[in-house]
Amino acid sequence: MDGAVPLFSMEGISKRYGGVRALEKAELSVTPGSIHAILGENGAGKSTLIKVMAGVVAPDEGRMMLDGREVTFASPAAANQAGIVCIFQELSLIPELSVADNIAISDPPKRFGMIDRKAQRRIAEEALARAGAADIHPLALVKDLPLSRRQMVEIAKALARKPRILILDEATSALTAADVAKIFAVLKRLRSEGLALLYISHRMNEIAELADQCTVFRNGRNVASYAAGSKSDNEVVQLMIGREYSHIFPAKPARAPGTAVPVLEARKLSWTDRLDNVSLSVGAGEVVGLGGLDGQGQRELLLAFFGVLRGLSGQILIDGKPVAIASPAAARGDRIGMALIPEDRKTEGLMLPMTVRENLSFAALDRLSRAGIIDRTAEQRLIDDMVGLLAIKTAGLDIPVGALSGGNQQKVVIAKWLMRQPRIILLNDPTRGIDVGTKQELYQLMRKLADAGAAILFYSTDYDELIGCCDRVLVLYDGAVKRELVGAEITERALIASALNIRGDEASPRRGANA
Amino acid sequence: MKDWRYWLAEQRGTLLAFGIFIVMFAIYTSNHPAGFTANVVQTASNKGVLLAFVAMAQTLVVITAGIDLSVGMIFTLTNCLASWLVIGSGVETAFGVAAVLGTGLLCGAINGAIVIYGRLQPIVATIATGAVYFGIALLLRPFPGGSVNEGLADALTGRLFGVVPASLVALLAVVLVVWVPFSRSVLGRAAYAAGSSEMAAYMSGVPIRRGKFTAYALAGLLAAIGGLFLTFFTYTGDAAYASGNAYTLFSIAAVVLGGVSLFGGKGSAIGAIFGALAFRTIGDLLFVFDFDPLWQPLFQGVILLIAVSLGAFGLFRVRNRLEWFL
Repeated sequence: MDGAVPLFSMEGISKRYGGVRALEKAELSVTPGSIHAILGENGAGKSTLIKVMAGVVAPDEGRMMLDGREVTFASPAAANQAGIVCIFQELSLIPELSVADNIAISDPPKRFGMIDRKAQRRIAEEALARAGAADIHPLALVKDLPLSRRQMVEIAKALARKPRILILDEATSALTAADVAKIFAVLKRLRSEGLALLYISHRMNEIAELADQCTVFRNGRNVASYAAGSKSDNEVVQLMIGREYSHIFPAKPARAPGTAVPVLEARKLSWTDRLDNVSLSVGAGEVVGLGGLDGQGQRELLLAFFGVLRGLSGQILIDGKPVAIASPAAARGDRIGMALIPEDRKTEGLMLPMTVRENLSFAALDRLSRAGIIDRTAEQRLIDDMVGLLAIKTAGLDIPVGALSGGNQQKVVIAKWLMRQPRIILLNDPTRGIDVGTKQELYQLMRKLADAGAAILFYSTDYDELIGCCDRVLVLYDGAVKRELVGAEITERALIASALNIRGDEASPRRGANA
Repeated sequence: MKDWRYWLAEQRGTLLAFGIFIVMFAIYTSNHPAGFTANVVQTASNKGVLLAFVAMAQTLVVITAGIDLSVGMIFTLTNCLASWLVIGSGVETAFGVAAVLGTGLLCGAINGAIVIYGRLQPIVATIATGAVYFGIALLLRPFPGGSVNEGLADALTGRLFGVVPASLVALLAVVLVVWVPFSRSVLGRAAYAAGSSEMAAYMSGVPIRRGKFTAYALAGLLAAIGGLFLTFFTYTGDAAYASGNAYTLFSIAAVVLGGVSLFGGKGSAIGAIFGALAFRTIGDLLFVFDFDPLWQPLFQGVILLIAVSLGAFGLFRVRNRLEWFL
């Protein structure tokens, strides 16, 4: 592969979102007839990188070269035109259209100016066959297909566009083992046909089987490129970490593991294919973390506790007694006393155009009112308490909450739930997109609430936070709890290794050299 | 193989509307004193096609996940315009028809431009433009009046070969000339795709803006065809506010009855046509059963509620309650 002329290369690509650096002078080059794997932990910049490549995001600086000429892509369509086709994690299929319509959508065959349905069907059948998914009927509606089938349609759709560079972003995460085997055969055939493939996956065994070349990203930068198989799993994990600790965490109380009285308990929770026999318990005064890669069922687990999911199997126990939680209203009720700080504060946590005051008191209105009339004095008192406790910086209580900074918005979401004095607090990646100062305040607050007796279940995509804040961490993989790390076991290495479902922390450091 | 089953699933809404209409119309004609005669069918057809045209117009916009609250006002405006222009010699009449249709197309294009390029909410944008269109209609016809080329009017509202209602043939022609090419074109597909999932459509490089713009513009054209037919039936132009608004609201009802999803991306104008015809038949049914016409709005409401409830069954299968709000 060395010495081959790069088909496509990126030089000095940078991209910022507000104050957050997503990419910082990233470089990448892609050669035809090879499979190039991109590795990196959550938020390392992989997604932004391929979005730039695929014309979804315009870089702030840097340049891209295709066939030795500089190119820019104004839209995904422009990138497609140039032969770069991306299969995104979030599917790009249109649910109400048929499989054939979707496969041919960017350039449908035409006859007399109208779409030629017969030709379109032939194209679809051919593409499905190439993707090894000939069992999917081209006339079926995409919304009626299960997720794994949709993913196969997505791959067929990409192939129908005759790409020169095919990017697969976690393309196998929704697939069954049989489908993965088929896709691998397809990918290897495409490689032999001279395509350049970019493969992003967290599954180390897949990368070992497929890749010719690997590049590791960290903090928006490519930190290492090497031929596949030349480094051990351990070395790769080490490359992916290598960050300094930048947060200050409150001290954890010394406690023998398992001594806390369980307040919230789950026994063998399963839901569709997203949750698989999850059992866990959270005690009073305990902060339990949920770790693992993004999208391994952590969000669904929190929603399950909060009464959002239907058709849940297994048991939820509060104070050791089985309960059925039918809705968020039931979950927050006095008997259970649960609060969920949602991941997307803009849609699930706040009503942005409404005032800070209204947003703060929403969840607690039933406690602040008598016979349906809101007690304005009690409301004001409680709001003052909360604004003080969380140090919310706002120009006033009667301005729209949307005018606050991200960190202060998140404080409002938390304050809103604290007004109910919950006993069980579920946090879904609460520090995403907020500044370091506010993060620190939140860590302190979390510990303070735990010390006051709350049971806290905390999902975070930031490993530092899990290490710094949690008494225990459960690592999820594919909807199941893969490992429980307690106290000093919670290290970055252990978290990443178990998130990738390898036992990197226990393997001997020399194993890779022998292999 | 199982192709027909997929076809059936896709056409479910349309077939349901067709079924509802056939049943209602059969009850109507079998209880009508005159029975199933060419005359009865002609009258029913002439009443039905007006709403059918406006409902087709509404369908195009609803498919893009928008809504057009100005269709009734375009209908009224073009009626008033036709009562001035569609008159005189053959050439003059032809010019008049072209001007009326062109005006409808322009009204629709203005709606589209505001919604797509001005990024305003369709509901607000079309309330505003609807008021403007009605204002112009009022300037054209402060009082009901005007006239129309009666030869053309009678030809298009009469019967072909003594049996087939000409208005029904005109409706069929419009379906073949406007709807079929649109629904099978790339722009039509873009309209569906944008209505179903605008983000996925964008990621797939679909011409979303042109598709949506075409849908809005053609909606204006179809509403104008409706306005033209109104003139043919009444021989006059009338800037009637209540009637314009009623057509707008009924068009939404017809679209829903016709199996078109208000969330966009799903349904066909054929379904909306049968929805419109069925909706119109409600009034006729009350007539043959000697109900007081005062009952009409109540019955229309009940039938609409039933039809909409049939479409909501899917919500029972949702397993993540947050999907209710998507």
